[in-house]
Amino acid sequence: MSDDQQTRDDKRHLFDDPKNVRFVVRALAVCCILLVLMDLVIHRHVINPLESLFGFYAFFGFIACVVLVLLAKEMRKLLMRSEDYYDPLDK
Amino acid sequence: MILWTSSLPAFVPFFLAAALVPFIGARARAVVMLLVPVAGALHLAGVESGTALKLSLLGFDATPYRVDDLSRLFGYLFHLAAFIGIVFSLHLRDKGQHVSALLYAGGALGAVFAGDLMTLFVFWEVLAISSVYLIWARGTERSRSAGMRYLVIQVFSGVLLLAGALLWYRQTGSLSFEYIGVESFAGALILLAFGIKCAFPLLHNWLTDAYPEATPTGTVFLSAFSTKVAVYALVRGFPGTEMLIYIGAVMACFPIFFAVIENDLRRVLTYSMINQIGYMVVGVGIGTELALNGTVSHVFTHVIYKALLLMSMGAVLHMTGRINGSDLGGLYKTMPWTTTFCIVGAASISAFPLFSGFISKSMVMSAALEGGHTIVWLMLLFAAAGVFHHAGIKIPFFAFYYKDCGLRPGEPPRNMLVGMGLAAFVCVFLGWFPSVLYAILPFDYEYHPYDATHVLAQLQLLFFSAAAFTWLKLSGIYPPELHSTNIDVEWTYRKLGPRLVEFIHRWVSAADQRLREIVLDQYRQVVYLLHRHYGPYGAMARTWPTGSMALWVAVLLAATLVLYYV
Repeated sequence: MSDDQQTRDDKRHLFDDPKNVRFVVRALAVCCILLVLMDLVIHRHVINPLESLFGFYAFFGFIACVVLVLLAKEMRKLLMRSEDYYDPLDK
Repeated sequence: MILWTSSLPAFVPFFLAAALVPFIGARARAVVMLLVPVAGALHLAGVESGTALKLSLLGFDATPYRVDDLSRLFGYLFHLAAFIGIVFSLHLRDKGQHVSALLYAGGALGAVFAGDLMTLFVFWEVLAISSVYLIWARGTERSRSAGMRYLVIQVFSGVLLLAGALLWYRQTGSLSFEYIGVESFAGALILLAFGIKCAFPLLHNWLTDAYPEATPTGTVFLSAFSTKVAVYALVRGFPGTEMLIYIGAVMACFPIFFAVIENDLRRVLTYSMINQIGYMVVGVGIGTELALNGTVSHVFTHVIYKALLLMSMGAVLHMTGRINGSDLGGLYKTMPWTTTFCIVGAASISAFPLFSGFISKSMVMSAALEGGHTIVWLMLLFAAAGVFHHAGIKIPFFAFYYKDCGLRPGEPPRNMLVGMGLAAFVCVFLGWFPSVLYAILPFDYEYHPYDATHVLAQLQLLFFSAAAFTWLKLSGIYPPELHSTNIDVEWTYRKLGPRLVEFIHRWVSAADQRLREIVLDQYRQVVYLLHRHYGPYGAMARTWPTGSMALWVAVLLAATLVLYYV
C-alpha cells in the first residue's frame, strides 16, 4: 500500500464519529415508537386472533430475537469446539 | 436454424458451451458464456407450455424435455442465476471452474425439464458430479475433504432416487414424473432422496459443510441450483403432503441458532439458506394454490438475493482472504459499492417492504395463517425475526461496520461489481413490481402484498428485531464472534463414525491378537510334547539295544510260565 493511499485511508469515515452512531440508534428508537403507535391509527385485517393484540408483531419480534440470542449463547457451551476440531481427522 | 426448434432441451446449449470453452481464448470464452443463458432464456420464452420431447429408450418411454408453467418458471430463474453467476466469475482464469459451472447450470435445467424419473435421476447425478469441482477448486485440504463428503452424500441421494423410481415403475408401470405422494414405499424413498438434496433437518449438514469451503465464485452457483431443483421436485411430486409443513417449520427455525454463533460468514449464509428453504417446504406441505405460488415465488426471489449475499461475501473473501466475522469489520470505508449491494441483499432476505423477499415470503405466511396452522405460523414468524437478525444485520454489520479490522481492500474486479449490481437490481425491481413475477406463477391466484396490514406488521417485526439486536449489542449480552467450530449433525460422521471405526478396529485387533496368542500357545505346547517324545532325544525315538529286547522277552516268557502254573 503506497503512502498516498495510507493517508487517504486515514481520513475519518462516517461511523468513526460516535455522534453519527448515536444518531442511528436514536433514529431506530423513534421509528420503533412511531410504528407501535400506528397500531392505534391503522386498522389491521387479522386472520389469527393473536394478531389483534396491541403491538403483537413488535413485541414478538423483540422477544424472538432476545430469546434467540440467549438460547444460542447457551448452545455455545454445549456445541463450541476449537477451530481445528475436525482437522486432525481430515489429514 | 435447426437448433432453434422448440423441442431443443434447455440443457443442450450449456453442455455444448462447456465442451467448447476449454479450447477458446479468454475473450471468445466470455462472449460464449454470456450468450448461452441469454439465448437460452429467449428460446424458452418462445416454447409453448405443453411442449414435450418423447423418446423410446430401451423399452420404456422417456420424456427428456417437458415444458409447463411450473418448469418454465424454474427455467427462467436458472438462466437468470447462471447469467449473474457467470458475470461474477468472468475474471477467473481457471477454465475448469467455467466448465463445471456450465455443466452444473445445464444439469439443473435438465432436471427441472425432466418429464420422467429416469431423466431426473440422470441430471440429479450430473448436478452432483459437475458441481463438486467448484468446491475442490479452492485447493485447500478442507475443501478437498468437504468436497468428497459432498459428493458421497449427493450420489447417495441419487441412488435412493433410482431405487425409488424403479420401485415406482414396478408399482405403477409408468416413470412419468407427476404427483407421487408418500403412501407407497417407493414414494417414501423418493421423498428421502429429495429431502437430502433439499437439506431436511438431520440431512442438512452437507450444505453447511461444503458450500463455505467452495471458491468465492463457486458458492454463488452452488447456492442457486441443487437445493432449488429439490424444491421443484417436491412441488411436482409431493404437494399437500402434511408432514412437509412440520419439516419445513423445523427447517426454518433450527438453523438460525447456529447462524447466530457461527463465525464464518459464508457458513452463516448457508444456515440461513436452510432457514429460507424451510419456508418453501412449508408452502409445499400446505399445498394450496396460494401456498404453492408462495413457494415458487420464494424460490425465485431467494435464489437472487442469496446469490447477492454470497457474492458480496465472496468479494470480501476475494479481496481480503478472510471470511470470519471476528477478523473483519470496517470495510465500508473502502468497499462502498460492495457494502451497498450487500445491504440490498440483506434487506431482501429480511423481507423489507419494497425488496424482493417481502413479496414472496408473505405469501407463505398468509397461506399458513389462512390454513389455520397457528403454531407453524408462529414458528415462521420467529424464523422471520431470526433471519433478519443473523442474515440481515449480522452479515453486513460484522463484515462492513463494527470494529475496524485495519484492512483497506479496494472494490473487487469490475465484473464482480456488475454481477452484484445485476442481482441487486433484480431484488429491488421485484420488490417494486411484484406483478412481473406473479404473472409467470403456475397458479392463478390474486395476491396483493402491499396492503397496510402486511406492511405495518412486517415493519414492526423487523424494527423491533433491530432494536433487540442494538440493545443486546450495546449491553454486551450479544455473543462475540469467536474462532470456533460448532458441532452439528456432521459430528456423527466426522467424529463419532471415525471414532467408532477406530474403537471397533482396536477391539477387533486386540481380540484377534489374544486369539492368535492362545492358538500359538497351544501349538507351541503340542510341538513341545511332540518334540519331547518323538524328538531326537525323545523316549519314542530312542534306539533300543538288542540285549534289552532279549531281556524283555525272557521276562515275558517267565511271566507266562508263572501265569501258567497259577
